[in-house]
Amino acid sequence: MVQLTINGIKVNAEEGMTILDAAKSVGITIPTLCHMKNLIPTGACRICSVEVEGFKGLTPACAYPVSEGMVVETDSPRVRRARKTIVELLIENHPQDCLICVRNKNCELQDLSERYGVREHRYVGETKSHAIDISSASMERDPAKCILCGRCVRACHEVQKIGAIDFTKRGFASIVTTPYNKGLNVSDCILCGQCILVCPTAALREKSSVKEVAAALYDRKKYCIAQVAPAVRASIGEEYNMPLGTDVTGLIVTGLRRLGFKKVFDTNFAADLTIMEEASELINRIQNGGSLPMFTSCCPGWVRFAEMNYPEILDHISTCKSPHEMEGAVLKTYYARKMGIDPKDIFVVSIMPCTVKKYESARPELKENTLPDVDAVLTTRELVRFFKIAGIDFNDLPESEFDNPLGESTGAAAIFGTSGGVMEAALRTAYWKLTGKDLEKLEFEQIRGMDGVKEATVKINGMEINIAVVNGIGNVKQIIDEVVSGKSKHHFIEVMACPGGCINGGGQPIHQKPEKVMKRIKVLYQIDENAKHRKSYENESVKTLYREFLGEPNSHKAHEILHTEYFDKKKILRN
Amino acid sequence: MHEKIFENYQPNDRSSLIPLLQDVQNIYGYLPENALRDISDFVGVPLSRVYGVATFYNQFRLTPLGKNIIRVCRGTACHVKNSANILYALENELKIKAGETTRDKQFTLEVVNCIGACSIAPVILVNEDYHGRITVKDIPKILKKYQTIKKTDKAEVTE
Ligand code: SF4
Ligand code: SF4
Ligand code: SF4
Ligand code: FES
Ligand code: FES
Repeated sequence: MVQLTINGIKVNAEEGMTILDAAKSVGITIPTLCHMKNLIPTGACRICSVEVEGFKGLTPACAYPVSEGMVVETDSPRVRRARKTIVELLIENHPQDCLICVRNKNCELQDLSERYGVREHRYVGETKSHAIDISSASMERDPAKCILCGRCVRACHEVQKIGAIDFTKRGFASIVTTPYNKGLNVSDCILCGQCILVCPTAALREKSSVKEVAAALYDRKKYCIAQVAPAVRASIGEEYNMPLGTDVTGLIVTGLRRLGFKKVFDTNFAADLTIMEEASELINRIQNGGSLPMFTSCCPGWVRFAEMNYPEILDHISTCKSPHEMEGAVLKTYYARKMGIDPKDIFVVSIMPCTVKKYESARPELKENTLPDVDAVLTTRELVRFFKIAGIDFNDLPESEFDNPLGESTGAAAIFGTSGGVMEAALRTAYWKLTGKDLEKLEFEQIRGMDGVKEATVKINGMEINIAVVNGIGNVKQIIDEVVSGKSKHHFIEVMACPGGCINGGGQPIHQKPEKVMKRIKVLYQIDENAKHRKSYENESVKTLYREFLGEPNSHKAHEILHTEYFDKKKILRN
Repeated sequence: MHEKIFENYQPNDRSSLIPLLQDVQNIYGYLPENALRDISDFVGVPLSRVYGVATFYNQFRLTPLGKNIIRVCRGTACHVKNSANILYALENELKIKAGETTRDKQFTLEVVNCIGACSIAPVILVNEDYHGRITVKDIPKILKKYQTIKKTDKAEVTE
């Protein structure tokens, strides 16, 4: 422990702590831009500058450790002046677009401008102009709004270990972009949107589908159906000032009905369906000598990554479509027939925590005679904007229930939204399939939580099944290398591209509160715990679907409607 | 044709990045994308970082060289004499940015620091020829002198 003084306050801090964290511990917020929790500081932006007694220049608080007797001023006139100048220079090289900007009121540059009282343009100079990259179906890149903080670069290189974008050129020409300034769709980018979550401005953002969905809702010929992913219900409340970790399932359902959706279904129904298919596929592969280990397929970011980098392992990926695609496919076949609606008139909108799902829903394999399984994907953030446009006061909505039959789900489906959840759900069902009995203890604690790779061995009927859960695409390499070299001991591997799983997906609310992921995860486990049924095979509506339409898991019909294929995409990266 | 260069290096060694880029540039006169991909795989560094390094240093070219190379001096003396306008006019006339080559491969436009001809600032260097005390108005005339193919359609951005 060391003792120092910050703004006249005596502070006890741990050795090695930064000035930034020490100040925070006594309620002083030093502004930051380039700083990222848990990553080594770069000291690039200098907005965190403070005065330290005895030091000549200003010191970056995010990078400098505390020491005994240190005297720090975080808010002296000199500090304020320095910070204000930095902000002013950033603003002068930034489009003055706030009124029409998607990050209006949730922008760190705006906050800084406000905090340092910038009220005039003191440095008028050349502003950079750059084309907006709209090449991908998932995201947009608007380098003119980039303030070069480097957070996206670090998220992409150091967390996701993809490295699709980086600083290029230098000086005034400096820009964060892809190699050769190409479109994201032809870069190494997997469209996970983790960079969007850390961007302080609107330089990175999702490609919005709000207009398209609004048009469909106003089209009398269209029968619009919404479905909601598990992770959305655990996060959207944050946008409405509710405490982190508030479950707002019932409010979302009401809100979507008010937007004009004829039916509001639950993607969790299809998650149960996915489990029925995937568990059967796994058992099939194990018993009949199929490609093992089998990887999960519900994360399109992971699938895109494998297609672009490891085409040799594509036959290891489960052929199951992801849950929302399954839901869409069932809606346009079984449900359409049951209700006597022409599938062409059905417009399926998925509310997702994910940016990649936009790209996924446009994949040609996920269309049946040019009819896509899912017509549009809205991220959590877009839904918030949509509610706003429609004048829906979310906080005041009454709760309501999902429609049926595609609204019924078990607890196993809810945990799909978190890393380890798909695996846990699949194991519950695989156990039952192999033994005919229910698992006594449903929770698999070893594969819960935020570790990068979680491994376990499960004994079922004397058979040992080795499983692994990869949490975040940055941790997948070692696991894949084992598969490629034939040394893998695993049977079943879950991969989620986003750290924590979909709960921390690239389409989720943007703010930098570190506890958000754990709090959201808790919601999903809570839903599971409180559920009447917690195993996918207990979902009555899923059973009915098999009885009336699909036959049994992995039947010919199920394959036709619920399974897909993957392609070598390495070549799109080579011109 | 650049595969041979890897024989002289150890894989997964970041310190060979710049020498490898130099080798590739020596072969092609610029850094083609596929060669950069190969370097990225060999050194074990994402392509974006390789590209970032390549664009950070002036010595590297990302596009093939044109028949004529125009170097616009942006040194202090030339700057004072409005070399920014000269550059801007050239970019407009050729419809490319500094560092790029016209689609018809006639011209490559580059920016350089003081080329030691400050007395006749502002200066541009076309191939080996110095053109000093030039104004924006002189530019079409100068370009015409070097243009060999008849300009049928307008030159365009190469990328
Ligand atoms: S979307 Fe993901 S892969 Fe693409 S640039 Fe952002 S962080 Fe990197
Ligand atoms: S795109 Fe956003 S996160 Fe990336 S450097 Fe620019 S401002 Fe920072
Ligand atoms: S982990 Fe979830 S949110 Fe992230 S890319 Fe995969 S499916 Fe999307
Ligand atoms: S936040 Fe400290 S230097 Fe950028
Ligand atoms: S500054 Fe241009 S030649 Fe010296």
